[in-house]
Amino acid sequence: MREALLAFRRAPLLSALSVTTIAFSLFVLGLFGLVAVNLRQALRGVAERVEIVAYVLPGTPIETVTLAEQDIEAFPEVASAELVTEDSALARARHELVEFRDLLRELERNPLPASIEVKLKPGYQNAQHVNAVADRLRGLTFVDDVRFGRDWVEKLDRLRRLAAAVGLVVGAAFAIVAVIIIGTTIRMAVLQRSREIAIMRLVGATNGFVRRPFLLQGALKGLLGGVVAIGLSYAAYTMINRYLIASSFFTAAQALGIVLFGTVIGLVGSLLSVGRHLKRV
Amino acid sequence: MIKLTNVFKTYAKGGLALKDVSFHIAKGEFAFLTGHSGAGKSTVLKLVYADEQPTSGEVRVSGYLVTELAPRDVPHLRRRLGIVFQDFRLLEDRTAEENVAFALEVTGARRSTIPARVMRVLTQVGLAAKASAYPRELSGGEQQRVAIARALVNEPQVLLADEPTGNLDERATRGVFQLLRDINASGTAVVMATHDLEMVRSAPYRVIELQEGAVVYDSAVDEPAAESGGQPA
Repeated sequence: MREALLAFRRAPLLSALSVTTIAFSLFVLGLFGLVAVNLRQALRGVAERVEIVAYVLPGTPIETVTLAEQDIEAFPEVASAELVTEDSALARARHELVEFRDLLRELERNPLPASIEVKLKPGYQNAQHVNAVADRLRGLTFVDDVRFGRDWVEKLDRLRRLAAAVGLVVGAAFAIVAVIIIGTTIRMAVLQRSREIAIMRLVGATNGFVRRPFLLQGALKGLLGGVVAIGLSYAAYTMINRYLIASSFFTAAQALGIVLFGTVIGLVGSLLSVGRHLKRV
Repeated sequence: MIKLTNVFKTYAKGGLALKDVSFHIAKGEFAFLTGHSGAGKSTVLKLVYADEQPTSGEVRVSGYLVTELAPRDVPHLRRRLGIVFQDFRLLEDRTAEENVAFALEVTGARRSTIPARVMRVLTQVGLAAKASAYPRELSGGEQQRVAIARALVNEPQVLLADEPTGNLDERATRGVFQLLRDINASGTAVVMATHDLEMVRSAPYRVIELQEGAVVYDSAVDEPAAESGGQPA
């Protein structure tokens, strides 16, 4: 530990430089992460609105429909099923369709059917499950018609798949770049001290003894780099939030993940670079 | 103490380095390893401190069978050896004192005992006054003394010196050689590789001469009489 800290003092410039390099490569990764997190949240918000409406045949006894509503709610895909009676449908129409208020007021008979509005659980808001649930609803004898935005759900599906693929590829690319940059930085630090390593080995230092300060140092640099990167990301997030659009930041676990990622690369990078030197003298 | 038996060494890219080398250096002995550069002197020393393994043959050092030594035991062998090089191999960013202490820290010596032990060897090599000087502030001879102090601080049974005077002027050479003789006089075996024949002739020590990787002359074998006194031929 003492050795590890001493090295920071002996080569403050190089140490600061490597922490900065690590911080920026993790920052770039972090920025991408922010985009991914926000995009996912936006998509989730859109998916929330996936809804299937089953219109009930006029004259169906309310008890039948209420029972069915309970059955539907028990479907594994279903988050909630809400019965909208003829009266409340009319009330809602009056409220929402202001342009037709007068027209609606003059009606003598309510033309609107009762319906059951079904919302799906988060994992099931895609075309496959929407279709399955819709088919099941259609099978109910009192159901007149089932509606959902089929095109819309399918588009959402495509968008989600695209986002996932892009996220994976770009994210992996950024992660690889970060690994390479951090690995190179750490390797430089080890290379700078290769003479010292050779001498240590000549005077009888065990591999563990040689390795330990480097591992500690690598991990420490990764950790510091990660913390700085989160700081930079937070600053960027604050700016974006203030001047561009409302967005959300990483959860604590995600932030910790980035710091941990830096620490692990620092550690593994040191392990590999020192190992290379330990094979010789 | 050091025993090589029928040692052959072939380098992957560069042909035969050692051909059937055998010799035995006893406890407390002083032996020169001579020969032109490339004759295999450094290779012999590398085999002794387990930086290289022979292609065939056996190397025994201070109770260790080096040829069958597990990598994890190499550090323990080296702690019983002191090694000195032509280029000193000091750490430039540490003082003389710190360079010597380094060899103790590495072995996990008790921290409280280190300063006293360091000062003792620095005194022994005549550099107590320059303990806090950095290598760049020292002359070549002084730097080599620091290196020797570092080699001695673990109280080795053998001191290996690979051309220790190769980079030094005549005066410094004499001083360093005298220091090695003193060290030997106090009981430490010394194996010194050199091509300085004048120095070799100036002392009544054993001489092992290598030529193209083979021992062509060993005063202990070829002229046992010369060992016990007079000047070797």
